[in-house]
Amino acid sequence: MAALDQTQVKEGVDQETVDAVREVSTYKYGWETDIEMEYAPKGVNPDIVKLISEKNEEPEWMTEWRLAAFERWTQMEEPKWAMVNYPEIDFQDQYYYARPKSMEEKPKSLDEVDPKLLATYEKLGIPLKEQMILAGVEGAENMPAEGRKVAVDAVFDSVSVGTTFQDELKKAGVIFCSISEAIKEHPELVKKYLGSVVPVSDNFYATLNSAVFSDGSFVYVPPGVRCPMELSTYFRINAENTGQFERTLIIADKGSYVSYLEGCTAPQRDTAQLHAAVVEIIIEEDAEVKYSTVQNWFPGDENGKGGIYNFVTKRADCRGDRSKVMWTQVETGSAVTWKYPSCILRGDDSQGEFYSIAIANNYQQADTGTKMVHLGKNTKSRIVSKGISAGKAQNTYRGLVSMHPKAKDSRNYTQCDSLLIGDKCGAHTVPYIEVRNNSSRVEHEATTSKVDDDQLFYCRQRGMDEEEAVALVVNGFCKDVLQALPMEFAMEAQQLVAISLEGSVG
Amino acid sequence: MALPQAKQTATEERLATLSLPDAGCTRKAREAAIARVREMGLPGRRDEYWKYTRPDTLVSVEAPHAALFDGEEPDIFHDFDRLQIVFIDGVFSPEQSDDLTLEGVSIDRLEDICCKDIHWAKDLYGVLETRGQVPVQRPLAALNTAFASDGVAIRVTGKPSKPINLVYRHASEDSDAILHHIVRVESDAEVTILENGPAASRFNKCMEIDIADNGTLHHIRAQGRDHQRRAATHMFTRLGKESVYKSFTLTVNGVLTRNEQVVELTGDDAVAHVAGACVGDGDFHHDDTVFVTHDAVNCESRQVFKKVLRNGATGVFQGKILVKEGAQKTDGYQISQSLLLDDDSQFLAKPELEIYADDVACSHGSTSGAIDETALFYLRSRGVPVADATDMLTLAFLAEAVDEIENEALSEVIVERLQGWLSRRR
Repeated sequence: MAALDQTQVKEGVDQETVDAVREVSTYKYGWETDIEMEYAPKGVNPDIVKLISEKNEEPEWMTEWRLAAFERWTQMEEPKWAMVNYPEIDFQDQYYYARPKSMEEKPKSLDEVDPKLLATYEKLGIPLKEQMILAGVEGAENMPAEGRKVAVDAVFDSVSVGTTFQDELKKAGVIFCSISEAIKEHPELVKKYLGSVVPVSDNFYATLNSAVFSDGSFVYVPPGVRCPMELSTYFRINAENTGQFERTLIIADKGSYVSYLEGCTAPQRDTAQLHAAVVEIIIEEDAEVKYSTVQNWFPGDENGKGGIYNFVTKRADCRGDRSKVMWTQVETGSAVTWKYPSCILRGDDSQGEFYSIAIANNYQQADTGTKMVHLGKNTKSRIVSKGISAGKAQNTYRGLVSMHPKAKDSRNYTQCDSLLIGDKCGAHTVPYIEVRNNSSRVEHEATTSKVDDDQLFYCRQRGMDEEEAVALVVNGFCKDVLQALPMEFAMEAQQLVAISLEGSVG
Repeated sequence: MALPQAKQTATEERLATLSLPDAGCTRKAREAAIARVREMGLPGRRDEYWKYTRPDTLVSVEAPHAALFDGEEPDIFHDFDRLQIVFIDGVFSPEQSDDLTLEGVSIDRLEDICCKDIHWAKDLYGVLETRGQVPVQRPLAALNTAFASDGVAIRVTGKPSKPINLVYRHASEDSDAILHHIVRVESDAEVTILENGPAASRFNKCMEIDIADNGTLHHIRAQGRDHQRRAATHMFTRLGKESVYKSFTLTVNGVLTRNEQVVELTGDDAVAHVAGACVGDGDFHHDDTVFVTHDAVNCESRQVFKKVLRNGATGVFQGKILVKEGAQKTDGYQISQSLLLDDDSQFLAKPELEIYADDVACSHGSTSGAIDETALFYLRSRGVPVADATDMLTLAFLAEAVDEIENEALSEVIVERLQGWLSRRR
């Protein structure tokens, strides 16, 4: 991180923060697995769409669905409104399907999976073994070993390699499998929910994804079930010139609960690679979903070469009353990030939360944020976003809070802070606020001074100066957010906790 | 990039109805402005910068009909000693205006400037407007530069003893006025400019203000009461070293108002404050669009906008602070708040920051909600009738914006107008 070493850090930004940013900027997952791959021909056209569908052994309705999406996509234009600049993407110069040769015959159990693939995940710290805790996670051994289990679905380029703990989950009634499997095994659920939150023609990248998605995860939690373990999907891009298009569908039926984790990495390469995912979450009455992401795609080198272009559409639909969703994201990777995990608060008393830490260094560009669409009465949302830019990076928070006329007595609180390390980077805030009734309260703020007055007063009364008090209160709050992350991710995110808000700008 | 067909057609149709005035030394600037309009196209409802305000009636060929307001009350600033420059439906009225001579300032009609070839005017006309077209396009301002039929050129060289008051009277129900003023404040000079009146059925006004080092300009504006009037105004301000610009706008009624302020701090230690208070009832749409660019060290900018809305009124705020690379020690502040007095009104805001310097303190806030029930309860428990208590809290809410006016006498007349509005709506 030569760029950062030479950066003159202004007074007030503490060294710990700089070190933490430097630390996360060292990409540890840039190696490549040497494995024989099988590709679909380059480019995208109806034949490729059909081929992907065929490879996944999909029923006809699914193929039709994909083809309709492709047709739609050809009429759409790439969005240009985000504050990101990247060379024109040649969508025909990509592979849309790549799978390890050894996956031709779908392994029946984890024991049959190619050892090379297992080794890959082992090296990433995600061993595909049914064990009590995830080994390889720094510090995990110090955690209380009270039987935390995590079921993992591992996706390697275009295919799911395997899913752990499936049997145990089945006993609880939870379905956790790859989406290709779900299309075959549970077509009624997929048919009912796929595309119901993110419609086929939602946006350019989501439409492309609808046409060519190759795999991803599927979760169904039946009514009243608290999922007995955390579910996790680990996405790995390995093949060169290959785009990854995964699709995740999570359905939390009435009164259920599930916590879902997502991790992603890719090898270090000179050419940029495309990643366009869609995540749909349906939350029924009284159900709750917690979705956590540590996005760590290859960010490009210090000269801005290579890296993943990450165009992701994530949306949760709180359909039932009193439903709840919580997005937590730690965004450190990708050359270009275009990602807005959103909440549609349709049910009365439903709640949406969005916590985000986005770190951009070198030539990274991140345009990320959330949408909170309040439709139901007495709905609540909270947005906490921290953007940190270093080197020559650009970091943008873009968000929408919309209170519809019928969303009486709703509430939103938004706080976004940015920190610049060095004078060659940029931090931007683009919030949209739309209030269409007067019983709702919306507050947007981007200052460090407006923390809870009582807490501030308490600290000041104990002799701290204003800045110290603010830092303490805000940092305490931030730690809460990180601790809300499931343990496995909290470890990875822990090094970010040191980041202070001193010297931050709105 | 070629314009979409519909936009191009709309633009050409509008251009066809306008004719270039006999423009003398501004001719070149006007021709360039026409080219800009053709290139950008007039705003349409799908433009991002017009996301919350429909521009249709501002760009249509015919100005929509607007009934005159028959209020008997005198001009808001009538108690002040001022130099009045009166425009009726966008045409200068020498009869109603005062003598234009005043120490420390020279005032010319735009028409006269055009044939006199005055250097400062030639160097300013359309220049700041052109600069203000990047990074966001403002085609209505370019249209104004091209076709402005009247206006004044004010050059301030000293500290004139009284404010200059631009009074805009509305006389015809179908008037469509385009005015363009240019103001140059020389070093160490100081002036107060007042503006008031409904102006016309449709009013497109542009003011370019160039403030030299150590210059000061105070601007206070009260947009007229006529319920059906429409206005699109632009103020382009460039600030030199240690100069000061303070602007306040009061808007009461008017079916559609879009006020754009484009402020560029180009000299170190400059200060720019823009503020606005608007109260809207019923068929009322008010849009404040502000773009502040910091391009020098140690400058301060403040944006304070307050809106009180009821009966289905709409308030819009689009504000941006852009801090360019190297503009260190910037202090930028922006607040936009709305008080929704009932359930039908709406507030739409886009408070943006774009920052490329690391040693800056920029903050913005935006809130929206109803009257604070606790405060209301407190006042009622002290024996204040609910209507009075509501008025008190509404005025208190607007006070932060009104307080931006330095001159107390002027801020008092603004408060009086606000009180008047409240009492009429009991």
